[in-house]
Amino acid sequence: MSARTAIINARIVDPASGFDGTGSVLIENGAIADIGPRLFNDGKPTNAEIIDAKGQVLAPGLIDMRVFTGEPGAEHRETLKSASASAAAGGVTSIVVMPNTDPVIDDAALVDFIRRRAEATAKVHVYPAAALTRGLNGEQMSEIGLLKEAGAIAFTDGDRTIQSSLIMRRCLAYAANFDAQILAHVEDPWLAAAGQMNEGGFAARMGLGGIPSAAETIALERDLRLLELTNARYHLAQVSCAEALEALMRARQRGLKPTCAVSAHHLALNEQDIGEYKTFAKVSPALRCEADRKAMIEGVRSGQIDAIVSSHDPQAPETKRLPFAQAAYGAVGLETLLPVVLSLHHEAGIPLLDVLRCVTVAPANILRLPSGRLAKGAPADLVIFDMGSPRKIDPNEFHSHTKNSPFVGRLMQGRVLRTVVAGKTVFEG
Amino acid sequence: MTGQYARQHLLAIAPLSRQEIESLLDLADTYVALNTQVQKKRDTLRGRTLINLFFEPSTRTQSSFELAGKRLGADVMNMSVAQSSVRKGETLIDTATTLNAMRPDIIVIRHQDSGAVALLADKVSCAVINAGDGAHEHPTQALLDALTIRRRMKRIEGLTVAICGDVLHSRVARSNVHLLNKLGARVRLIAPRTLLPIAAESWGAEVFTDMHEGIKGADIVMMLRLQMERMSGSFLPSTREYFHFYGLDAAKLKLAKPGALVMHPGPMNRGVEIDSAIADDVERSLIHEQVEMGVASRMAVLDALSRQLPNDPGRRS
Repeated sequence: MSARTAIINARIVDPASGFDGTGSVLIENGAIADIGPRLFNDGKPTNAEIIDAKGQVLAPGLIDMRVFTGEPGAEHRETLKSASASAAAGGVTSIVVMPNTDPVIDDAALVDFIRRRAEATAKVHVYPAAALTRGLNGEQMSEIGLLKEAGAIAFTDGDRTIQSSLIMRRCLAYAANFDAQILAHVEDPWLAAAGQMNEGGFAARMGLGGIPSAAETIALERDLRLLELTNARYHLAQVSCAEALEALMRARQRGLKPTCAVSAHHLALNEQDIGEYKTFAKVSPALRCEADRKAMIEGVRSGQIDAIVSSHDPQAPETKRLPFAQAAYGAVGLETLLPVVLSLHHEAGIPLLDVLRCVTVAPANILRLPSGRLAKGAPADLVIFDMGSPRKIDPNEFHSHTKNSPFVGRLMQGRVLRTVVAGKTVFEG
Repeated sequence: MTGQYARQHLLAIAPLSRQEIESLLDLADTYVALNTQVQKKRDTLRGRTLINLFFEPSTRTQSSFELAGKRLGADVMNMSVAQSSVRKGETLIDTATTLNAMRPDIIVIRHQDSGAVALLADKVSCAVINAGDGAHEHPTQALLDALTIRRRMKRIEGLTVAICGDVLHSRVARSNVHLLNKLGARVRLIAPRTLLPIAAESWGAEVFTDMHEGIKGADIVMMLRLQMERMSGSFLPSTREYFHFYGLDAAKLKLAKPGALVMHPGPMNRGVEIDSAIADDVERSLIHEQVEMGVASRMAVLDALSRQLPNDPGRRS
């Protein structure tokens, strides 16, 4: 692709500006040089590669705030390279990678390693989140200041909740000191340890231990009270139940500004999808009941939920082909994120601009990224997709290293036609 | 004379008036001169007994009080109570009443718990000097710091003093904020949020979490000692991170007023809160002067308190 690229005949959907209409985009040196409905009215640009979008949707590339990989330490699950290939195929142009690797990303040199590895091998932007506590031990806070200087975009213990309220309080206070973003997984560890799926009649009949949604609400309420003491930048990594969302809204009424995301799994699936002990549907937090799933959709509709994440978590067969109780948590999701997001439009009737906001400008604003918007000067991170095209989810088409998707065989809509990162096409479908 | 120090004890800076503080500093000035003489001995406290009762280990404060007492002619007894052998509550009071029965004139007490010195002062009939209680106050440190500043800068009024470090656990910071405010200085506190007390703004100090901001234009940069046990805990992640953001080095000191002076109550953690190059810079560092002023300030306090002791040569009641 030359330094100048023009995308014409596109249905531009830009949640940041609220624009939804036909237009063109001119890309120069990796950034959006011009955009608008009347751009190129006087004729096609010369000296530029022309891409005809043929009326398909052109949106900002998706930003996924929650992606696990296996690099370093478990490259058989996923590398930054394979995760980025999966992201590109899913229309995702920026991923935030969790620090839950071996070694844990809790040192400035390791943040630097991820950034360099990504630069050398990844097709999309990779933003490392660093551990909030050393070795994710929940005991000693990590070097938040130095890690942030090294390029850590946020701080999180990934899929763990810091048990000690005192440590959490100090982590929040110390993070606030450096204006660092916290991504919190909230689950009361003791309640969670007693189960493997959502507590309820279904788990009881299956003979599986239940995790009540209260496990999430209790941990969240604690964090919100601590937030009141510290005023940190706090983001709930995944909300999964109605009560937790209500708790978050009450905190906002008290003047706090926590943000939150929901995973595609919790928008599209409920506990029944576990069916006959399907371990691919074993995720953390657990898939909830249908009422909770509907509450999550309403949360997106009302704007109470800021962002949608894939919670992409590749697990090798040996950790999934096990009895349900022994199987690892986690499911891949980068390549099904867009279809799930679009299903909220197709099936729940949420305006396209609103559902796309949750995967573009909303996460960009939380993370303070310049991307996630189609505007002059913004990075040319784009996706062109056919929003209606039906497809059956086939794991063999996945670009991720492992294929543990709970959506296998499901009929969904939305196909990525082209993904552009910094002006460069990284995927064509 | 009005404003003369006329209290039985010296427990804290907070209740003192500006006049009381200045009278102690004026008196201390005379002892600075004395301490440079060959003949340093006075008989101000002749016949008096001074007990140093230290429940926390200390080198400089204890020896400073010991020297001060001896130079004023007192009999000085040092009692270092190992922390492990100390019991709280009744036992502490028992220790005090036992010592009181030995009829000392002045007891200098350091204790790890805030308020412990005042508790003991209540139970004894002699004069009590607080040599540091928990995270509450360390009044003689604030006096010696003020004396050091006043002698070097010729004033305290109007100076900007930035106090940086572990404010949360620091009795030195609390006493200094009180004293410097009373004498008209502008006080700033600089610390990471985990080491800042709640509502520190209400102390009459400007609060900063960014040292680069807080140190700007300061006349005096007062570094606090970071206790190593805070390092591996949850207050801070590491010494290297602390030094990077809150350690005083040449680059950060450049942001202060040209020629700004550096203080530290000691003992220093070089490379943690202060760069050796700064600590050893005789042009900028007042650290050794602080130690010298410590002896003079404590002599002044002992002198002032002894004037309130019953003075007839017979039996004290």
